Amino acid sequence: MTALRERWHSASSAVGRRVDGLPKSARITGLLAFIAFLYVLPNKWFYEYLNIPGVWIPLYTTRNDMAAVLFYCAWIALLSLGLNVVVGYAGLLDLGFFGFFAVGAYTVALLTSPESKLITEYNWFESPWPWLVTVPIAISLALLSGVLLGAPTLRLRGDYLAIVTLGFAEMIRIIAKNQDWILNGDRGIPQVGHPPGKYPDGSAIFQFEFKPYYWLLLTVIIGAVFLIRNLANSRVGRAWIAIREDEDAAELMGVPTFRFKLWAFAIGAAVGGLSGSLWAGQANFVNSSTFSLENSILVLAAVLLGGAGSIGGALLGGFLVIYIPEWLRSVGDVFGLPEVATVFGNDIDVSPTSLRYFIFGILLIIVMIFRPQGLWPNRRRAAELKDRQKEVAVVE
Amino acid sequence: MDFAELVRGFPELTTTGLVQGAIYALIALGYTLVYGVLRLINFAHSEVFMIGTFGAIWTWAVFGLDSNSGAPSVPKALLLIALAIVAAALLSGSVALLIEVTAYRPLRRRNAPPLAFLITAIGASYALMELMGTLTQRRQVGAPALLPTKTVISIGGWSITPVQLLTLVVAVLMMVGLDWFVNKTRFGKGIRAVAQDANTAALMGVNKSRVIALVFVLGGLMAGVAAVFSDMKSGNTRYNIGFLLGLKAFSAAVLGGIGNLRGAAIGGLLLGLVENYGSALFGSQWRDLIAFVVLIVLLMFRPTGLLGESLGRARA
Repeated sequence: MTALRERWHSASSAVGRRVDGLPKSARITGLLAFIAFLYVLPNKWFYEYLNIPGVWIPLYTTRNDMAAVLFYCAWIALLSLGLNVVVGYAGLLDLGFFGFFAVGAYTVALLTSPESKLITEYNWFESPWPWLVTVPIAISLALLSGVLLGAPTLRLRGDYLAIVTLGFAEMIRIIAKNQDWILNGDRGIPQVGHPPGKYPDGSAIFQFEFKPYYWLLLTVIIGAVFLIRNLANSRVGRAWIAIREDEDAAELMGVPTFRFKLWAFAIGAAVGGLSGSLWAGQANFVNSSTFSLENSILVLAAVLLGGAGSIGGALLGGFLVIYIPEWLRSVGDVFGLPEVATVFGNDIDVSPTSLRYFIFGILLIIVMIFRPQGLWPNRRRAAELKDRQKEVAVVE
Repeated sequence: MDFAELVRGFPELTTTGLVQGAIYALIALGYTLVYGVLRLINFAHSEVFMIGTFGAIWTWAVFGLDSNSGAPSVPKALLLIALAIVAAALLSGSVALLIEVTAYRPLRRRNAPPLAFLITAIGASYALMELMGTLTQRRQVGAPALLPTKTVISIGGWSITPVQLLTLVVAVLMMVGLDWFVNKTRFGKGIRAVAQDANTAALMGVNKSRVIALVFVLGGLMAGVAAVFSDMKSGNTRYNIGFLLGLKAFSAAVLGGIGNLRGAAIGGLLLGLVENYGSALFGSQWRDLIAFVVLIVLLMFRPTGLLGESLGRARA
């Protein structure tokens, strides 16, 4: 097992070195080609030919519309990009990230839906607002809620922060589920507005089809990556890393730790709110069931699977946590796996569709054993971890 | 705000709250033990508990009892409950040990970062929950009614049913037993030593791996016992039952001061009570909210919980 691990390590770092060795122009061309590939991906005429060479196992999802799967992948990828700032850079364990997502989604829903109680009951305004106007409001409200939550709680450390953020997200969900004043409880808010834009023939681009939303999300992600990358390479980013490595030392060296932690929290929350507003536009319906803790944990798993503190890792992780389970659904069809097994006279559904999260859980464990730093870790972090491994623990 | 309801139902709310709290407390002990020694939020512990609930029901099924069968005689019922406790505790304990050996130990060998443990715990939780979901066809499984529901003791307005009485007695016995084990025995000394400083303890000749395995098993045993009483209290179980109960139990552990055994016990009982009083006061749909509000408010004023973290220090 150790030999296998060593080989896997040297192979993966060899790829990294080779990419680094390429001239800048080649790297940029490669990146652009990859982005172009992502844009073409949801088209059936393109992805139908994606197979594992030789064995003819489709890489696309046969049970679900590929464009829909890609939309959800991009959605979680954007969320994990935001959570990566909080968990990966600043090292703050946030288990309630979907709370901010909920703030964004509900803001958009309340302002753009004609069924919103702000219009029907409270008469705050006459007609629903256009979607585009509400997005900045959603982002600012999510950012504000990040500051409001962070200000009293960020003095807590480590796992206590985790439980408080978790409690906060659950509180938002339970309030949204139970109260009836504006959020409509479990019935939710229907007819949420769509983003603007028309095809030349006059029909709206953004309706219920997933493809345009996927493209929109992809574009937003590219923008967000640029912003966050610049931030991470600036004074702010260095302060975050200092806090993550040793908060007391950072404070002593003159880093205003509390302020930068609050910044990380607020920026993460803003990305969460942005993701919420985009999601609400597609789903057309918002109620409390999307904001469950399971989803917060899924996003956290995405960040850590990809490699905390690395933008590429967060995106890769976000893609994989949705894509692997969805792809597993189609694996059964390819191999003709049995759908039902009989145990003690009971018919049990053993199709990959039913077992997909079981397999996913096992995969998470295996990946962590072989690559505890994540699939695509930040280079500095990976080096730190390698160093750590040398400090062998005393007697096992 | 329904104060009349709270005053009128106070005795009953106290009993049911304590019973629910005892279940929280037993699960919370598992979280707190693992946290005290490894500084790890063992997310998979809720699934250890969930598997225990099925272990008890399967045990009863072996004796031909399901949710439709009539209540057996009292001595027979007590015997069946004792058997179910042993079976569920053993099953939960072995599942906890399995997780530790297959998932966490390889990570510890490699000195992996804390977040890797967290994601492994999430992975183990997914795997166990979905495995049980598949095995049970994602259906709710009913537990047989073993004990009569009539009141056994009644003093003034306060009364208690056999299930409640049994839950409280056994839970208190388990807690006292665990406290004694950790504070008074040689094994317990090992646990406290590793919790205080794992590497130094290892240099002093404590077998670290064995202590950690022991901690997982102890937590699993407690969860198994809690599982039996949860079955009897609610009358059914499901593959996803662990999630909310685990969350509450974890909150209880934090409330009392995570890493502190007595804290977990007190935190659990307190959470059960507060939840019950609160849901009488504000309506039962706010039950889950109250737990978190209490937790967050308490952490504002006492950032390390009611009793503070201290498995390693003298007063465990």
